[in-house]
Amino acid sequence: MTSSAQMNAPAPSSLRLVLTLAIAGLISGIAIIGIYESTLPTITANKARELREAVFKVLPGVSEMQQLVYRDGNLVVTEERRKDEQAVYGGYDRDGDFVGYAIPAAGPGFQDTIGLLYGFAPQQKHVLGMEILESRETPGLGDKIYKDAEFVGSFSALSIEPNIVAVKKGAKARPNEIDAITGATISSKAVVRIINEAHAEWSKRLPPAGSEPPLRGTGPAGSGGSP
Amino acid sequence: MKQNESYEEFIKGIWRDNPVFVQVLGMCPMLAVTNSAVNAIAMGMATFFVLVGSSFLVSSFRNWIPKQVRISCFIIIIATFVTVADYTLLALVPKVHKELGAFIPLIVANCMILGRQEAFSSRYPVRLAVMDAMGMASGFLLALFSLGAIREILGDGALFGIDLFGENFEPWIIMILPPGGFLTLGVILLFFNWFRFKKDEFLADVAAAERGGNG
Repeated sequence: MTSSAQMNAPAPSSLRLVLTLAIAGLISGIAIIGIYESTLPTITANKARELREAVFKVLPGVSEMQQLVYRDGNLVVTEERRKDEQAVYGGYDRDGDFVGYAIPAAGPGFQDTIGLLYGFAPQQKHVLGMEILESRETPGLGDKIYKDAEFVGSFSALSIEPNIVAVKKGAKARPNEIDAITGATISSKAVVRIINEAHAEWSKRLPPAGSEPPLRGTGPAGSGGSP
Repeated sequence: MKQNESYEEFIKGIWRDNPVFVQVLGMCPMLAVTNSAVNAIAMGMATFFVLVGSSFLVSSFRNWIPKQVRISCFIIIIATFVTVADYTLLALVPKVHKELGAFIPLIVANCMILGRQEAFSSRYPVRLAVMDAMGMASGFLLALFSLGAIREILGDGALFGIDLFGENFEPWIIMILPPGGFLTLGVILLFFNWFRFKKDEFLADVAAAERGGNG
């Protein structure tokens, strides 16, 4: 009935059409701004918490962390980071002593980019832990890079010099070798390659072992960099 | 009478006109995010919210929206609800949101939702439109859940992440990969059509028997 009445009615003016769409767009815009503003704090908090948990996971024994931004050839302790700047996270134990860096890295996996975070102890040149942050690897096979506790666990006290090598399962002999996952060799090798590449990149940038930026607030006086 | 009518609008979406198994609409989310029961339910709930919300608004404003711009208005309304659902999921259940990924914004393009607005909500009063939307959305949710549950049980040996068969179960991995979606959906569609065929046959038999009895 309604539709037949509309059929017979004269065509509405263009103004009415424009106004209808404008009002609909306006209301929709306001609704979207409202939901964006009201969920933003939760979303930001979630992301920060996820990152914190990941840092604590890859650096065992850490109780404090701070962001270190690579700026003009130095690591700067700061909360702010420009889009083109890269950052690592410094992990410190209860006494404020430096434990290691948590370094984010990403690279191509079997299906899509794998994003991960690994813990690095510069003194021993060891990988302390690895956590996959982002991956779309094949369920049941490639996703073992984060579901297989044995594989994830093999990234602890793992020597990174000269580089990490993924070998066939059971063939691990040297401290810089890890067992690849059976059926997910490409994904395992991708993880290893991503860490090796990130390590090659960051080893040029990180300060020599022993002169890491101290934890802000508790570090010795004159450390500089912190306002 | 009125009660029956709205009940009828609700129930038809679940069985007789099930959007997935009978109308074969909304196939993209159907195949893409049903690799686990949890994902399927999250997707179904998001779609439920969007469909019921949009149907309510479209039906309320059906006399004000000029028919020349109705599709644009429907899309604006649907897209707004989708954005709301997107941010809500991101804030409340970030893990599920990560799994569903791009498929939440793509609810906008779910032909079932726009189809209900065009075919039903824009022509009927609010009460019927909401009942119809709830029925269709429940049908969709049920379909997603059955597919997700079957695929998770066969492909992962678990349901809602709880292991069902123990260590000795060798997961049938293809079921949680994309081909598993097509296989499962095909088998379910086969069942639905066989059932309908049987029912028609049965009704025809009954009708014939009655005619025979009367004659």
